[in-house]
Amino acid sequence: MPATPDRPEEVNSGLIDVGYLPDEATALVAFLAIKLGKPILVEGPAGVGKTQLAKSLAETLGRELVRLQCYEGLDEAKALYEWNYRKQLLRIQAEAQDTGWQEVQDDIFGEDFLLERPLMTAISSPDPVVLLIDEIDKTDQEFEAMLLELLSDFQISIPELGRIEASTMPLVLLTSNNSRELTEALKRRCLYLWIDYPSLEHELEIVRLHAPELDEKIARRLVEVVAMVRDLDLKKPPSIAESIDWARALLLLGATDIDSKTFNDTMSIIVKHRTDIDIVAERVGVKLDSAEDGSSAASS
Amino acid sequence: MPPPPDKRPSREASRRAALFSEPLANPLDAGLTAHLVEFGEELRGEGVALGTSELLDAFSALPEVAWNEPTLFRETLAATLAKSPEDRAIFDLVFERFFFRATELAALNTGIGEAGSGSDDGEANSEIDIEALREQIARAIAEQNEGALRDLARLAIAAFAQPGEGSGVLGVDVQRIRRSLGLRTDPQGDVPQDDPRAEGLPREGIRRFEQLLRQELERQQIERTSSLPAARPLHELDRALPSGPLQDLASVHRVVTQLKRRLKTQGQEHRGHRRHAHVDIRRTMRASLQTGGVPITLRYRPVRPRRPELFVICDVSTSVTSASVFFLSVMHALHDSFRKMRSFVFIERVSEVTEVFERERDFKAVSEAIARDAGVADISGYTDYGRVWGELLEQIQDQLHPRATVIVLGDARTNGRAPGTDAFAQIAARAGRTYWLNPEPRLYWNYGDSVIDTYAQYCEAYECWTTGQLENFVKILTAPEATRP
Repeated sequence: MPATPDRPEEVNSGLIDVGYLPDEATALVAFLAIKLGKPILVEGPAGVGKTQLAKSLAETLGRELVRLQCYEGLDEAKALYEWNYRKQLLRIQAEAQDTGWQEVQDDIFGEDFLLERPLMTAISSPDPVVLLIDEIDKTDQEFEAMLLELLSDFQISIPELGRIEASTMPLVLLTSNNSRELTEALKRRCLYLWIDYPSLEHELEIVRLHAPELDEKIARRLVEVVAMVRDLDLKKPPSIAESIDWARALLLLGATDIDSKTFNDTMSIIVKHRTDIDIVAERVGVKLDSAEDGSSAASS
Repeated sequence: MPPPPDKRPSREASRRAALFSEPLANPLDAGLTAHLVEFGEELRGEGVALGTSELLDAFSALPEVAWNEPTLFRETLAATLAKSPEDRAIFDLVFERFFFRATELAALNTGIGEAGSGSDDGEANSEIDIEALREQIARAIAEQNEGALRDLARLAIAAFAQPGEGSGVLGVDVQRIRRSLGLRTDPQGDVPQDDPRAEGLPREGIRRFEQLLRQELERQQIERTSSLPAARPLHELDRALPSGPLQDLASVHRVVTQLKRRLKTQGQEHRGHRRHAHVDIRRTMRASLQTGGVPITLRYRPVRPRRPELFVICDVSTSVTSASVFFLSVMHALHDSFRKMRSFVFIERVSEVTEVFERERDFKAVSEAIARDAGVADISGYTDYGRVWGELLEQIQDQLHPRATVIVLGDARTNGRAPGTDAFAQIAARAGRTYWLNPEPRLYWNYGDSVIDTYAQYCEAYECWTTGQLENFVKILTAPEATRP
């Protein structure tokens, strides 16, 4: 795919080439973000491929991916830049006695003594990068406020050095699990993309793409069961990655059909809470049983 | 600064916009701009917080995409205008309503009518094979074929609804047609194996078809009467509290998820950053080893969000049946957000149900378990507040402390029994804050056997029978300490 696509379809096919099957909205929003130079705020339940979207975009655009994983208590020193205190101390100690104060000060606050953190790396890189700010909802609002300058003007102010402006325009993706409401100011600066669990057909395509050897009939059955499990009120519904894992596991086991026994044996791949396992075993296991009875009755 | 959008009309952009009946030479001319601003106004009217900068974004994004695809146009607007799942839902509804009405209005103005309407309908009617139509529709629903559904919706109306014979209420007509078509979600036996109806149809598909039916009926109505009906506001429908015990729990859950998110956000909002942080000596010393023993970086103790300790006491007697379904699910949601929370239900006696809520994930199981095991009704099944407060005081008085919050959910109707004000006053005095949520409108307070004012001396009483009131209460509950009297 070219570095600057002209049509949303190009983004779409580029993403498919690297193994990511986007829906229409995803490709469109990614295209708009590249065109308009705006950040994308990607929201959706856990495990629908939000982080993977950034990785795949970086791959298909041929850009480097710079990732900032957010967590509670993340601060500027970890995200933007930090002075390399040890190096500065060494510099001061190695200095001959008669060097002037001003000289030393100019020296130790130079770029040699700056430790670049992800946001700084993304801004100062000579080639355009894809910047992924993962799980922005885990940070506090102070950090969000700090991001505003970066997101709208692509520049960072360092008191000692002045303003560092981006030489190239990074493509910024922010992901959020919606665990808290982000500020309006941040949302206003972004394009918004909501990724939901894929439809049956779409997920079937994804599974088929990643486990092509799996029999079509089983694959269809698999995504049906996964959709059924997602409908239950679970602590952690199965993600797309887990459907793929499950497909691969079934392939390894050489399963020919998903009956209640296979399901119970391999259920732990898609359900990962003890209480969830109970619920799923009860609800879905029974359904699979009755489906078998029904089909055997129909065939007899 | 992002580069300014290309002002040259691109090849796609100079195409005729499919959504509008008037051909537009340049899609960004005054006509469309005005339309979009109007659309933005409608979104604001439905409660979407929309800034001018977002509208500007939409304008700069539109020239970048092709216009002949309705979904592209729609998704572009959605990505720039609607910034949360809730906003997106509203956006979709308003989009349908707005552009549907815009098209119809333009059609009225230019006098474009449906070709072949009127006398032809009668003839077309007789030629439609009803059974084949049923099967086709079922198949289109199962395959989620949007275009086919749109066409079939018109056929179905032609087949089942004679013009002028409609009930006048669109919803009734839609349901009548759906029934005559035999569209059901449960498997149907009397059809061939390969027919999608044998497995039962997807609920989503049927709903979509109903929407199309409604739209088409509405379109015909507009054509018949040559005028646009007043636009319906969206939100009244799904904002009211469930009033019957059997009502859809899903709507309750939607409100409760909102509430949960608000609880999470509000805890974070008011954490002072570093202002009250304490230096963690041990970690500072350890960090100073890197700089040769000079403590250059200070390490602080992490600031933990404060969560109040909650005691929730809920009336489950018959007089508040409809409200208690709601309240129980609120309790259910609160349990996810607050670690230190104890729940009680009462009628004549009080019974702790904390464990039930922690054990059961499923709300239905919770309400069943409570109905079965709680043992709160003794003889009469009427609320006995006096006895309840006495028992409750005995159970929790040692655990109450000034940081605890007590929330009572009940209608304060004593059935003529003693209100037990003393015991309640003691509970309120020991707890830091006490709230009373009354599911009755304020108008009915203190009428009959309601003694809410007796209790209101010791606590703050709020009426709570709509989701808006509940949201207000949550705001009060999680508001910062300083603004409280």
